[in-house]
Amino acid sequence: MTKPNRQGEVWVFAEQQDGQLHDVSLELCGRARLLANQLGVTMGVILPGNNVESLASTLIAHGADNVYVVDCPRLAQFTTLPYARAVCALIDKYHPQIVIYGATPLGRDLAPRVASEMRSGMTADCTDLQIENVIDPKTKTEHENLLLQIRPAFGGNIIATIVNYDQWPQMATVREGVMPLLPADANRTGRVIRENVEISEALMAVRVLERHVEQRKVNLKASRIIVAGGGGIGSRENFELIYELAGVLGGVVGASRAAVDSGFIGKEHQIGQTGTTVRPALYVAVGISGAIQHRAGMEESAKIIAVNTDPEAPIFSIAHYGIVGDYADVLPKMIKAIRTRNL
Amino acid sequence: MAYNSIVCIKQVPDTAKITADAMTAEGTVNRAALPAIFNPEDLYALEAALGVKERFGGTVTVLSMGPPKAASILRDSLYRGADRAILITDRRAAGSDTLATGYILAKAIETIGSYDMIFCGRQAIDGDTAQVGPQCAEKLGIPQVTYLEEFLNGEADRVRLRRNHGNGWEVVESTLPVLITVVSTPDAVRPWAARRVMKYKKARIPAEVISPEELESLKAKGLLLEQWTMEDIHADFDRCGLAGSPTKVYRIQSVVLTKEGFSKVEPTEDGINGMIHELITDRTLG
Repeated sequence: MTKPNRQGEVWVFAEQQDGQLHDVSLELCGRARLLANQLGVTMGVILPGNNVESLASTLIAHGADNVYVVDCPRLAQFTTLPYARAVCALIDKYHPQIVIYGATPLGRDLAPRVASEMRSGMTADCTDLQIENVIDPKTKTEHENLLLQIRPAFGGNIIATIVNYDQWPQMATVREGVMPLLPADANRTGRVIRENVEISEALMAVRVLERHVEQRKVNLKASRIIVAGGGGIGSRENFELIYELAGVLGGVVGASRAAVDSGFIGKEHQIGQTGTTVRPALYVAVGISGAIQHRAGMEESAKIIAVNTDPEAPIFSIAHYGIVGDYADVLPKMIKAIRTRNL
Repeated sequence: MAYNSIVCIKQVPDTAKITADAMTAEGTVNRAALPAIFNPEDLYALEAALGVKERFGGTVTVLSMGPPKAASILRDSLYRGADRAILITDRRAAGSDTLATGYILAKAIETIGSYDMIFCGRQAIDGDTAQVGPQCAEKLGIPQVTYLEEFLNGEADRVRLRRNHGNGWEVVESTLPVLITVVSTPDAVRPWAARRVMKYKKARIPAEVISPEELESLKAKGLLLEQWTMEDIHADFDRCGLAGSPTKVYRIQSVVLTKEGFSKVEPTEDGINGMIHELITDRTLG
């Protein structure tokens, strides 16, 4: 348990697999940079792995002042205990005031373990982070510049703001895709600091024997335009029209859970709380009623078009353009309107 | 070889059934207005443990923390095949965040004593944090394997597991004891066994019993379920409940849908052409 250290840095845990940085780590660098500026401190990234030092320049270009590299053959493949040791050792040494991790399966495995070992707070799956002065409603004590850890709870029905007064570092995992990926600046400079952390044999209790990676066929997160179909589409064949509209718009196809569960389309297309979170320039929701779990994954889209036969469908409440009508009638008209403009 | 397993389970409000009635004027959730259910992924954890018991022998103990009414998921577990059921119920545990909950569960597990595997659901649907399993493992000083999909094989001192790493799967081998969080099981969760329902439907924790006579009678029949307090598990009070929770809820807002700049578009060629024109003008398209 560490006391507040207001000079401490803002840290990001850099997630990498086989030497590839995870997008979410770069998204977090952008937000950590802003938080550090606001607090008037430097921003650091912890980078454990094996032969990963070459990734430091990318992290610096995305905002890091200091990259702490823990390079060790025992960190070649992620298992919890060696990675937790590396992170805890560095927290003990430098006392950062904030540490954020991607809310990926790996981040959500590692981060709570670290928090437990440090006996500090950890908030899961945040969708926003802010700095604010907070008055403890019980003691009326004012705490300057605390990290507000904002997250949905109760299946997305409420938004809770969590704070950690005194058991620092303030730590959170942050959902993928909710922080904008800021452009890299190749002219930024920063320091690369090599750290030695002893990873004992006893920490190698879990060994990876075989690893299978499924290639994602669709890249929902990288797409500017997404056309998503829901349960209202009715069949796998009917999804052809969704593909056609996505095709003329130069976008990709997404789906609600209802469409995936009905077998109209594969799970890799799923958008929402249990699928991918996206924030494209344009999101076309077709035959999607807009359950809160779906909206949680797409409501940050810059423009939303909703097509639904039910004028009361909740999707209309977050849409910019609402078309009440049958998609089988509306979509061909949209396709035609776009084709005639030759976009 | 036989394995002794402990399954951590939680009774949760059914968040899928939240309606406006379930929200209070202050924007918090009125738990009492929602049906209380067995956390879905904890049922997978129980199934995984019962599957291990079937293959290798051993015992399955379920452990929960919550108010007395959570005894209903203890009975549910017994109906499905658990051997022993324990509820930690103590007001001093109320308000625990994940760190404090992990601590309390770890103290209870140490009180149970010998175990080879601890199974937990990946996360509970009321908080969706997925933190308690890893934090409990850390408190016990044992390894963790998250997101189990299939228990593959076991030897005397190690187990082989298939886990989902988010982008596919991997096979890992862990030493024992180990804490495992479960996302799914190859077989469906087994239903209640009629014989076990007959046997355990009258099982109660002491808090559910009114008279001393009934208590004695249940005890004699082996139907008195275990109910533990912070003293029973030798927990340090400073590490439980609100006092032991570094994270504090500062603000709660109910989700309000944002509705700004909404235009209704007629499903006609003119209407749709107009919309496409606007999207090109504001550079969303093109």
